This record gives sequence, structure tokens and C-alpha cells, in this order.
Amino acid sequence: MSDIVSQTSTQEAPARPRWGRIAAWGGLIVLLAVIGFGLLRVQKGPVSQGQVVPAFSLSTFDGNVIPLSSLTGKVVVVNFWASWCKPCEQEAADMQSAWKYYEPGGKVVFLGVDYVDTEPEARGYLAKFGITYPNGPDLGTRISQAFRIRGVPETYVVDRSGKLAFFQYGPFSSVDDIKAQIDPLLTP
Amino acid sequence: MKKYLWPALLLILPFLIVGQASAQVPTPSDDQVNVIARQLFCPVCENTPLDVCPTQACAQWRELIREKLAQGWTETQIKQYFVDQYGDRVLGTPPAHGLNWLVYILPPIAILAGLFILVRAFLAWRTPAATAGASSSGTPPLIGPNKDDEYIRRLEEELRKR
Repeated sequence: MSDIVSQTSTQEAPARPRWGRIAAWGGLIVLLAVIGFGLLRVQKGPVSQGQVVPAFSLSTFDGNVIPLSSLTGKVVVVNFWASWCKPCEQEAADMQSAWKYYEPGGKVVFLGVDYVDTEPEARGYLAKFGITYPNGPDLGTRISQAFRIRGVPETYVVDRSGKLAFFQYGPFSSVDDIKAQIDPLLTP
Repeated sequence: MKKYLWPALLLILPFLIVGQASAQVPTPSDDQVNVIARQLFCPVCENTPLDVCPTQACAQWRELIREKLAQGWTETQIKQYFVDQYGDRVLGTPPAHGLNWLVYILPPIAILAGLFILVRAFLAWRTPAATAGASSSGTPPLIGPNKDDEYIRRLEEELRKR
């Protein structure tokens, strides 16, 4: 018993710095918050139907800049593609045909977003399929990240109020398939 | 002297007419391209450096690097071009801005914190051993006279009597 008393009085427990514990716990919480935020973003999934689509501006290969906001009141078909994407070639001609069908009415706009591609090959792809609707590179992959696409081709049909009406993973099977998604949005 | 003037001019004239031959820019070799490609990652394939990526798209990007090198672009300019086109994720080393700073700061802090904890733990283990070594020889040390600790002194005396 005297050992315990003597040891207790001669050996004082060192004072633990409170700031050290606060810093450690604070750092851990911050780290978990950053990881959690990143995981939430990854698991969010693509833009869902009925949701207002992310705003973006497309810088076309022709040197024009087309903000999505300038197309309010029109149906917008946003098509993500790449020259190295073989499935994209399956729908390229159908997309151009659909565009030629809707272009005279002025109520539908097709926008092609070239995903992680090189300009010469992209221009070659457009020339190969005779695509005339506006196309431009996805600079910095900002547009594809905003839409959280999973791959190419993907097509997002935006209604006249700027909300996502339909999305297509993979290529469209025919021109009628494309029209079936656009025509209902044109009825007043 | 004048009779030699015209022949001399005729001799010199061809050399003045011949256009300046410019040195042809040699096509950058695969090694030169891969020095840069090695520092970039395929924007499409996961975790695949651009120099070893076998896809057609990667081959196009390597040719793009070759083209830029032939145009006289520097390594920094080419890498910045790829970042502008495809985003920061193409870089093998994340650029130090925004949240990316955490990648450079957190590991050293974690290592230092771990070392600090180890040192403190080691010292804590040694201190009881040192105290035990001192007290194991003979009778346990009495508490030194402490005028303010009368209670403990009296308790010690009682314990000795028992």
C-alpha cells in the first residue's frame, strides 16, 4: 500500500495537451468529411428525368459558343460521342437524319459534345457522316462531368423548360426512335 | 580590273539566287513522345499511363503529342494542352490547387503524427520501468518531507506500524 501511495505522490501523471486531441479529432473529422463528399458525388449517378439539366456552354469546332441558356424554349438534344467510339457510328447517320427533319421548324436543336477526343479525328468523324448540327469538344470534360455520363454514346433530350425529358444510354436504334422522344415535347 | 568585274559577278550571282535552305524539323521519336506520355494518363481507360495504353484513342493522343513536339511545343505546354482538353485527371501528378493540396499535406502530417504517438508511447513504457527499478532495491522510498502534505505523512506512519 505504501508503494501505491509513494508512487502516486512521486509520479504525477503528465498532463495531456488538450490542443493535441482537439487537432487530431478535428483533422479526422475533416478527412472523413472530404472522403464522404467525394463518395456521395461518385454515387450520385447521372442526371435524372425531370431534373433541370446542368448549365453549360459548348464551344463548337466552328469557333462559336453556344450556351444552353440561350436555347430556352426549344427542345435540345445533347449527344455525347467520340470518334474512337464504334457504337457512336451506329447512330451517327440517324442523328443527322433526325436533325435535318427538325431543323426547318426551328424548335429543336441538336448539340454534339465530343468526349475526350482529338480534333482531327473528330472533324474526320463529322465529315464521314456528314453531320451538320453544332458539335464541339468537351473541354476539360466539364460538360460530361456535369451530366455525370457513364460512357459514350449517351443522349439527353431536354424539354423546353430546361428539364431532362429522356436519356438514352448507347446508340439509338433508328430515326423513328429519336423522333418518338422528341415529338411529344413539341406539342403545346 | 574592269574586265574581271563581270565574270566575278556572274560567278557570285548563282549563290545569291539560291534560296535559303531551312533545316527540316526531325519527327520526334517514340522515346521523345513517351517522355511526355508517361506523365499522362488515358482519359478514358482507368489508371493506364498514356505511353503503354494499347487503344486506338491512346495512339491518337500519342500522335497528338508527336505533332505538338514537331511544332516546337514544350513539355509544359503540351501537358497544359491536355489538361485544358481533358481535365486535371490526365496528369500523373495532381496539380497543387484546390482540394488537391490535401494529397501533398495529409501524408506527411499523418507520418509525423504517428511518430509523435510512437515516441510518447515509448516514453510512457520506459517511465514505469525506471520507477520500478529504483523502488525494487530495499524498502520503498518514503515520501520526502512535504510540509503541505501532513495527511500523507500520517498515513505512511500508520501503514508502517501495521
